Amino acid sequence: MEKETCTFSFCQKPEVVEVETDLLLIGGGMACCGAAVEACRWATPKGLKVTMVDKAATDRSGAVAMGLSAINTYVGENKVEDYVRYVRGDLMGIIREDLVFDLGRHVDDSVHLFEEWGLPIWKKGDDGFSLDGFQARDEGKALLKDGGTPVRSGKWQIMINGESYKVVVAEAAKSALEYNRKATGSAQNLYERVFTVRLYKDANKPDTVAAAAGFSVRENKIFIFKAKAMINAAGGAVNCFRPRSIAEGQGRAWYPVWNSGSGFYLGMSVGAEMTMMENRFVPARFKDGYGPVGAWFLFFKANATNALGEDYCIGENFEETKKLYSPYAEKMGTAIRNHMMMLDMKKGKGPILMNTHLAMKKISDTFVEKFGEKDAKKKIAHLEAEAWEDFLDMAIGQAGLWASKNVEPNKEPSEIMPTEPYLLGSHAGCAGFWVSGPGDIPGTPAEWTWGYNRMSTIKGLFMAGDVVGASGHKFSSGSHAEGRIAAKAAIAYILDNPDFKPTVKISADAMAAELYLPYEVYEKYKTLSTDPFVNPNYIRPKMLQARLQKIADEYFGGVATWYMTSKTMLEEGLKQLEMLKEDCNKMAAANLHELLRCWENYHRILSVEAHARHILFREESRYPGYYYRGDFLPIDDTNWKCFVNSKYDVDANTWEIKKVPYVQIIS
Amino acid sequence: MPSYVITEKCDGCKAQDKTACQYICPNDLMVLNRDLMKAYNQEPEQCWECYNCVKICPQQAIEVRAYQDFAPMGANVIPLRGTDSIMWTVKFRNGSLKRFKFPIRLTAEGSVDVYAGKPEPDFSKLKGPGFFTNPARTE
Repeated sequence: MEKETCTFSFCQKPEVVEVETDLLLIGGGMACCGAAVEACRWATPKGLKVTMVDKAATDRSGAVAMGLSAINTYVGENKVEDYVRYVRGDLMGIIREDLVFDLGRHVDDSVHLFEEWGLPIWKKGDDGFSLDGFQARDEGKALLKDGGTPVRSGKWQIMINGESYKVVVAEAAKSALEYNRKATGSAQNLYERVFTVRLYKDANKPDTVAAAAGFSVRENKIFIFKAKAMINAAGGAVNCFRPRSIAEGQGRAWYPVWNSGSGFYLGMSVGAEMTMMENRFVPARFKDGYGPVGAWFLFFKANATNALGEDYCIGENFEETKKLYSPYAEKMGTAIRNHMMMLDMKKGKGPILMNTHLAMKKISDTFVEKFGEKDAKKKIAHLEAEAWEDFLDMAIGQAGLWASKNVEPNKEPSEIMPTEPYLLGSHAGCAGFWVSGPGDIPGTPAEWTWGYNRMSTIKGLFMAGDVVGASGHKFSSGSHAEGRIAAKAAIAYILDNPDFKPTVKISADAMAAELYLPYEVYEKYKTLSTDPFVNPNYIRPKMLQARLQKIADEYFGGVATWYMTSKTMLEEGLKQLEMLKEDCNKMAAANLHELLRCWENYHRILSVEAHARHILFREESRYPGYYYRGDFLPIDDTNWKCFVNSKYDVDANTWEIKKVPYVQIIS
Repeated sequence: MPSYVITEKCDGCKAQDKTACQYICPNDLMVLNRDLMKAYNQEPEQCWECYNCVKICPQQAIEVRAYQDFAPMGANVIPLRGTDSIMWTVKFRNGSLKRFKFPIRLTAEGSVDVYAGKPEPDFSKLKGPGFFTNPARTE
């Protein structure tokens, strides 16, 4: 097929805006908001400019856009070393313990700031039960930083009234950016609705990042940001695999549907080394609405059983699981519990049920016992509100689904089910980039540190949040803290390289042509057929995404095959993916919104390819319950208790994949 | 649950400097039809039902209709977001209602002054652990 190019013969040429800054923050979620707060404090007295570019509106962008009902990482009274042990256990033994320890020793400061900024955090009442943010304030309960006692749902989780979590965090980030903007005399340093789509290396220093290109989704403008350092916190990848709901319900992804793998792609576009891209997360969630289960398991102490009322994590299932996955099976991590849930589902013992009604009855009975029938009433009403708030804060659609099905959680159980796979590095997953550690944690191999914390293998390119590999279970608070860690290191890097002037080889016109190609393709061919959706010369982004999802689902171990794949399946899928990559050249965008979707597809495709190639390389099933290599079904610690790292060459379209030794730092 | 705009209520944010729902949607779904001066969701199957358009709409012209590929009809969930709390009305398919009110923030909107009362950065500590606010914890 003839290769399409953009010469602006058919589509309108965009205005090119060049922005020079010192530190560029790509993304607007928790990690970039943290980075803004930390970076602007260190940058401003030195006269350094900080610029943030967000594809949405920062008040409601990123994974926390809807809100959250809990902060999942708050170390508090626990030990940082125990946090490392917990993360290692849940991620099947292979994590960068230096990064996780570093995160654990920093995260609480961010949580304390959230509370200072106004986030309501539940506190333990004098009777031992929970008080919401208003009640805690009215009873004069101390802030966490002053020794206040949070309501723990699990060992690491604390409950919040988090509807406006992101709004509050964004307000602080914007305040920081404004402080920097005024002091440095910049006209603008927050760009909303600008989608950053690729990075460029420096013209003179091929190991260094120099620029980022993106386009406005509101007007015909492209932006070229030249920066001395960048923090990439552009998020994980959703809707790469065909979702369980394929009509309008596909919007109800578990992770935010707008996380399109941009964070992975941006680093890959300059060849940054990745690690653990074989990892994925398959959360078991309330069926269809994908409401959170954490509070139900940990706070309300609900049990999940098969439809016969049996615990699926004991007996025959557990024995069978131990045979393949001991000693990990005994740790009962999230993947292992998924695995055993699916054993029962395959035996026809589903639906799997979260017994919300039994849990609530038990708590209600305790109230009656403690406070008497009359006084317990108020507590029980508060308990019911807590159960609903868990959904209304962060998965409103699940509350809607309960209402649609006339489900009252205190009266009947609800079905849970493993979802389609997601690629991410901040929640219960660890796919992402190989970054420098802090360097001061005893026992860390020297080669895990190359000067600047959270810097990737490309100089000046820092990572935070979902795109830092081998360091999961950061969640919202940890991503914020990691943004701050990366920001501080990035400022140190900029100050150490004062003479660096980022320059790019490729012209602004060439960048514009690359970014606007789907526009040109559409305009060139749109009149050929009477229906602009059916045209032999191009593919619209919706169809391209559907094709990607079908390939990923059927060959790379999606729900279609019960997460099963193998060498032969992966190789066939990769063959088909290659043709899909070629067809990207024919993607067509009728407007800026579709241009956004086209570039999201580029980002998703490469994220999925990295994922598939890593799974192919790792000849074992490290994450049972998330994916299986049918040809290598057990976990093989002898050969595979190691990291798998890869590098993609964007110009040659080639991959280098290798093993990197795992080192345990914390006993 | 894709959001939808009630024709009668939407005024296209004529009196505002920007179309509120279009401004806030994290997934770039809400657009203004300039001929009708009414907003609509241009890609309902990419709607996460985050309700940010519903919460921000000054006319309360946006609601959410459950995803029809798995939700039976007839229910709805309606928020009313104030400055410090949010009220929810949950209407079940069978007509029963539940109402909840939750705190959303304990400070006034727009009051966060991020560096007020915070220490200046200590550049001798730029390369070690810790933030400008506090040292990293040690055990």
